[in-house]
Amino acid sequence: MVSQPPIEELRIGVFVCDCGLNIAGAVDCGAVTEYAETLPDVACAVRNKYTCADPGQNEIKDAIHKHRLNRVVVASCTPRQHEPTFRQCVREADLNPYLMEMANIREHCSWVHPNDREAATDKAMDLVASAVARARFLQPQEELTVPVSKRALVIGGGVAGIEAAIELADAGHKVTLVEKEASIGGIMAQLDKTYPTMDCSI
Amino acid sequence: MGPKAIDAGRHPNIELLTYSEVEEVSGYVGNFVATIRKKARYVDHTLCNACEECVKVCPVSKPDEYQMGLSSRRAIYIPFPQAVPCSYILNMDDCLGNNPIACGKCADVCEKKAINYDDEDELVVREVGAVIVAIGLDVYDPTEMDEYGYTRHANVITSMEFERLICAGGPTAGHFVRPSDHERPKRIGFIQCVGSRNPKIGRPYCSNICCMNTIKDTLLLADHYPDTENFVFYQDIRAFGKSFEDMFQRSKETGTRYIRGLPGDVEEDPETGNLVVTVENTTQRGGNGRSGLERYELDMLVLSVGVIPPKDLAKISGMLTLSKTSDGFFMESHPKLKPVDAPTRGVFFAGFCESPKDIKDSVCQAGAASSRAGALLNAGQIQIEAITSRIDEIECKKCGLCAKICPYGAITWQKGEVATVIEAACAGCGSCGATCQFGAITMRHFTDDQLLAQVRAILARKPEDKVFVFACNWCSYAGGDMAGISRIKYSASNRVVRTMCSARVSEDMVLEAFRCGAPVVLVSGCHYADCHYINANRQTVVRVQRLWDKLEKAGVRPERLQLEWISAAEGQKFAKVMNQMEELRKTVTIKEIEHGREALKPKPKKAAKKKEAAATAG
Ligand SMILES: Cc1cc2nc3c(=O)[nH]c(=O)nc-3n(C[C@H](O)[C@H](O)[C@H](O)COP(=O)(O)OP(=O)(O)OC[C@H]3O[C@@H](n4cnc5c(N)ncnc54)[C@H](O)[C@@H]3O)c2cc1C
Ligand code: SF4
Repeated sequence: MVSQPPIEELRIGVFVCDCGLNIAGAVDCGAVTEYAETLPDVACAVRNKYTCADPGQNEIKDAIHKHRLNRVVVASCTPRQHEPTFRQCVREADLNPYLMEMANIREHCSWVHPNDREAATDKAMDLVASAVARARFLQPQEELTVPVSKRALVIGGGVAGIEAAIELADAGHKVTLVEKEASIGGIMAQLDKTYPTMDCSI
Repeated sequence: MGPKAIDAGRHPNIELLTYSEVEEVSGYVGNFVATIRKKARYVDHTLCNACEECVKVCPVSKPDEYQMGLSSRRAIYIPFPQAVPCSYILNMDDCLGNNPIACGKCADVCEKKAINYDDEDELVVREVGAVIVAIGLDVYDPTEMDEYGYTRHANVITSMEFERLICAGGPTAGHFVRPSDHERPKRIGFIQCVGSRNPKIGRPYCSNICCMNTIKDTLLLADHYPDTENFVFYQDIRAFGKSFEDMFQRSKETGTRYIRGLPGDVEEDPETGNLVVTVENTTQRGGNGRSGLERYELDMLVLSVGVIPPKDLAKISGMLTLSKTSDGFFMESHPKLKPVDAPTRGVFFAGFCESPKDIKDSVCQAGAASSRAGALLNAGQIQIEAITSRIDEIECKKCGLCAKICPYGAITWQKGEVATVIEAACAGCGSCGATCQFGAITMRHFTDDQLLAQVRAILARKPEDKVFVFACNWCSYAGGDMAGISRIKYSASNRVVRTMCSARVSEDMVLEAFRCGAPVVLVSGCHYADCHYINANRQTVVRVQRLWDKLEKAGVRPERLQLEWISAAEGQKFAKVMNQMEELRKTVTIKEIEHGREALKPKPKKAAKKKEAAATAG
């Protein structure tokens, strides 16, 4: 908790994504990249067209080796979508995945401020500065490995629950199917014929 | 579906627990522990051979739920002939008494001795790696839409009741008659969108299945009774699926008339029991250019009722920390790319409870969910994200506050002992990290240093122009993503920092933002009852309230600190809140900002701080 000044020399790489025109259409990605270069401990700042595509990811991996990067910031979309992608990417370049940080300049920026390039660019710069500042304090982390219980629980025995249970069971998994009523079947048990084929429901 | 149900009932890998409810789920992905209540059936289904002798002697008569109350059943009954398990059940609420003096007739005649009045609920516990939620739907009850007279006119029925009336296994053995006089109706009307696409009653969504269901009904009627005349009153006919348009055309070819317009009200002719509806047919233009008002006298009216989220959705949602969309159905992890994953890892959705869909789509989604769950079970082991809490043994002052507030009970502590974290049980919300007054807790990957560095970096340039936002990963940050995906424009002054839970945001982080010159700070999280970390956001409320007091004492306008709950589905709300924050920001003067910077400077009085911590701990 006490401020741990990073021991090693920090070398941060920043990768600013155009996402085609998804980001570059509303944000001046060139200006953001230039700005990123001025931030403390940034060793290189690179602009990509599609950072998540293979060429983009390769560029990150190459830069990690070439510039001896030990922190990576990807300024692109929401971490809720691509954090696993970029964690894996840096892992493949022998960097601990927790040394990668994202700045969300798409969902939280270009897509919602399409008509004010100046404001959107300014916001993108701050989001990158925030990610870089955070990256300076990132530490490698080890994930805990836990076993998985070999049984699935299906709650609800309508046609969806029945189907899910049978598929899992056929694949060799143990399943507990819990139905609140006295019989499984759900709504379908009460229907007569069903569209589109007009065959009996039950 | 019958064969599938039977398969499920006898599959060696499926343990079928009917008349049972999940009471509690604890644990985490790969390692959930479910407590299930098997309710007493009072009939041992391993002994019962469904001979029916009990039913013959039971004197009780109750509305049969399976037949939509259109016929009656006994207190001991089989839900329906094809039930799985094929066994009787005794409803104790209906039974005259488990006292042989009161009745006891069924037990007397049961040769298999399958009836046990002393049967009791049983709790079973199962360790499971994955959970599939498939709790389905409830059908809309049209009582509140009194204009259609469902409760007043005998011959107004719902589409669900229609199913029972036309079914050979139904209360009339498939003879389609109307309730008032048991005569066969010749002119039958259908009103679409009852309880759907109606913002006035809080149900703005399309129920997806009712147009096709009505088309099916008109075809069934035309097939069974070629002399009936059918009239369908609709807003749009939604026949978008494979071979649906074909069915729609066939229905029209049978003579079914489709009238675009929903009746304003329904009147009953007290003599005949017939129904009179007046409707503005918007496809017909009168001479004056206005739509034509048309009047129809019908023998029977079917309300094509919508579907609503199942009753138990909130309960299951609380157990598994799930969230729902504005329509009230479960919210998936990503609307396109992770359509069957719940936001809680290891939980998947199948069927209607995620959104209205027909049988085919329910079955497809069930397949997808089981394949996602299967992959997890096959993996054998999984990695837990390294965002858990760590306690420094030396810094820990043994107050135990963290153990008290942990929503997962993942911190163990005894008086006089250092607190310790059970890593596998820690979900990483960070409430403990924000609560510890002694700096003894590090939230891995969401440390104080990291978050404070973000605050300072964002407010390094022109802080007076910015609204500073803390948003929780699962709801408000995701709500911001939703605004983005939906391209909802809003003010660009905000700067968002993500934490896993709003409870991670410590007092110091908020104060630091003010010290760095933020005019407005917003702390945002999941809706109060929908916290992804059970109830961690209660700590958020406590903390923000304490901060409001502090600000007031320091002469800083408390409104400059705002608290908002925004769900993952609420892109609109996210945008609205950001605009409101910008309006608020404009009211904050430079003088106020400067005063705040000074007044909130930390006062390093260690003794006082310790005292305060001890007081909160007590
Ligand atoms: C009037 C009407 C007509 C329809 N006609 C057609 C048609 O012709 N063709 C078509 O394709 N679709 C039709 N549908 C849609 C079809 O019924 C659904 O697509 C299908 O039933 C969805 O299956 P499900 O398993 O998701 O839900 P359900 O059938 O609702 O099953 C859910 C099950 O979960 C159980 N459950 C609920 N809560 C709990 C709990 N807490 N614990 C344990 N169990 C619980 C319920 O008891 C139920 O058995 C129609 C629907 C209606 C209302
Ligand atoms: S499916 Fe048809 S009847 Fe049902 S809500 Fe949608 S439009 Fe209305």
